[in-house]
Amino acid sequence: MSIYYIDAIRLALEEALDKDPSVFLYGQDIGRFGGAFKATQGLKEKFPDRVVDAPISEDAIAGLAIGAAIEGMRPVIEMQFADFSSIAFNQIVNNAATHYFRTGVPVPLVMRLPSGGTPGSGPFHSQNLEAIYGHYPGLKVVAPAFVSDAYSLMLEAIACDDPVIFCEHKFLYRWLSTERFRPLDLPIGKGRIIRAGKHATVATYSAMVHEALKAADELAKDGWQIEIVDLRTIKPLDTDTVLASVARTGRLLAVSEDFPFGSVASEVVAKVASSGFDLLDAPPMQHNSKDTPIPYHPNLWSAHRPTAESIKIALLELLNF
Amino acid sequence: MINTQDSYLDVYRSMLFARRLEERIASLYRAGKIVGGVYLGRGQEAVSASLGYALKRSLGDVFAPLIRDQAGRVAFGEDPLDFARTYLGSVKGPMRGRDGNIHRGRPSEGMPAMISHLGASVSVINGMLFAKRLRGDSGFVGGATSGEGATSTGAFHEGLNQAAVENLPLVVVVTDNQFAYSTPNARQFACDSLVDRAEGYGVAGHTCVGNDLKECVDTICEAVDNARRGQGPQLVVAQSLRLCGHGEHDDAFYVPDEIRETELGQDCIDTGRDFLISRSLATAEELDAMDEELRSRVREVMATAQRDPQPDPFRDDWRTFSQL
Ligand SMILES: Cc1ncc(C[n+]2csc(CCOP(=O)(O)OP(=O)(O)O)c2C)c(N)n1
Repeated sequence: MSIYYIDAIRLALEEALDKDPSVFLYGQDIGRFGGAFKATQGLKEKFPDRVVDAPISEDAIAGLAIGAAIEGMRPVIEMQFADFSSIAFNQIVNNAATHYFRTGVPVPLVMRLPSGGTPGSGPFHSQNLEAIYGHYPGLKVVAPAFVSDAYSLMLEAIACDDPVIFCEHKFLYRWLSTERFRPLDLPIGKGRIIRAGKHATVATYSAMVHEALKAADELAKDGWQIEIVDLRTIKPLDTDTVLASVARTGRLLAVSEDFPFGSVASEVVAKVASSGFDLLDAPPMQHNSKDTPIPYHPNLWSAHRPTAESIKIALLELLNF
Repeated sequence: MINTQDSYLDVYRSMLFARRLEERIASLYRAGKIVGGVYLGRGQEAVSASLGYALKRSLGDVFAPLIRDQAGRVAFGEDPLDFARTYLGSVKGPMRGRDGNIHRGRPSEGMPAMISHLGASVSVINGMLFAKRLRGDSGFVGGATSGEGATSTGAFHEGLNQAAVENLPLVVVVTDNQFAYSTPNARQFACDSLVDRAEGYGVAGHTCVGNDLKECVDTICEAVDNARRGQGPQLVVAQSLRLCGHGEHDDAFYVPDEIRETELGQDCIDTGRDFLISRSLATAEELDAMDEELRSRVREVMATAQRDPQPDPFRDDWRTFSQL
């Protein structure tokens, strides 16, 4: 039986609800309807009191989660789309993120963000906000690329005493599946090398890992061996794993699906340039979506964001430097 | 019903204590001994203390005070040292110098630490109440305060609507002090009275005169009792006037003298005192003695906090995560 990325999320939520009575889910349409993407399907029936539909009030959803977390619960809130978390921005970055530093009282909440683009999603249902949340001290930000990571990072996020922003990729929900579902014992804050190579390193995460894998396969036909680091966690960022990889390859391409200004890729490039300048045989490169709002039409959209093809072109530029 | 004759005297005592504490911090501010801003609740002590009094920590109640709630904090049981230490940035205070003035709290003891962003505390209190209900507790109430200006925020609307949908035992007390910083009511909202909004949210609405001790105690205790008895969220709107600037840096030139001469401009400390004496709940001598005792406690508290160690950036752990 195939387990999809979204199933892994649901299974992890179910396991957490089962194991720990202080876990509860709160968000729009997550109850009997099962969530806009069906990530919570069936959970209301099993845990009627702890899977709760919320009004369309992202700020209040986050605020309620903060209050409940302070009281010792472990709320998991769902934003219907990552884009709408901008309404909850204040509570997350000013309240949740600062809380432990200010008061010494932790805020164990998870905010689930269905992130990233799919064809036809347009400017308001496609955004990647991991760099924005990563900017704020006090928030952990994860972005799993694989089914097993989605499962184990979710369980870890819920068990974590600090606020975790959980970026799940909508494209991966029903695209990525596995037959051999093996929970990973790799904690928040650790990246991993998912493809070994010696000519260049691609550091990326979430759906872009799969685009990078395709690009690497293409380049392998011409003898290029591309190493791919899946960051898994945006904050804390596993700079060590990236630097160790760049030490082997001498070249870095950082890829993220977010906008180029102040992106996760910019951060990776900055870290490597400042801590590993002597490891580099070429200027470190970053590759992002275009610096425009996210377009609606699939033709425009696929030209807007990084794809296997555009990653391959960027890599060739890097390899030929 | 909590409301007894004693309650008026208790609430008055918290009002007076808050007034004396704040006067002292204002004078330290003028002496240049406070690094940040100083924000007073002058004129709003009766409303604030009534809510702090009506909420009972022993029953599991939670309280989210805002800018002008020193009196409510005292009545709810906050240690006055927390006030002094936070303003002075002491490491011994609950915020350890990491946050200042009014932004303090002890979230594990029923008093969340406010953030500056107005309106944010309503849903946080909702979350605390929601958690208690999920755990199977009962008989608790949550109180949150707001100015009339803060009622214009999305967070306030979302929070009150959320509490109504969830039927949470929330009491929101709005002190309508006519000005939000310098903005008069006419530029803040267009309904006649903010209490009319209660109907729109589907919650009970109450009004009182904010400088009338008896009215504040009676109305707010009733609202808290209603919430405790399962009647859902309650909105109380108190008419008031801020008898100081927004902060001690502000001379409040925008408040016309005429309004100060109306009933709204009367100081609740004075009217409260007259009320207690006229009802024979206390004599003038007893109230003078109370004042003297409170003034000396204020001196002690301030002296203690001023001797406290200040944070040391080289020793501080700077941690933002509780788990690494
Ligand atoms: C969301 C937000 N916007 C602006 C401010 C700056 N600010 C602090 S207090 C204040 C006035 C608040 O007025 P009101 O709610 O009526 O309370 P009052 O100060 O009159 O007691 C303003 C504008 C803030 N703290 N939060």
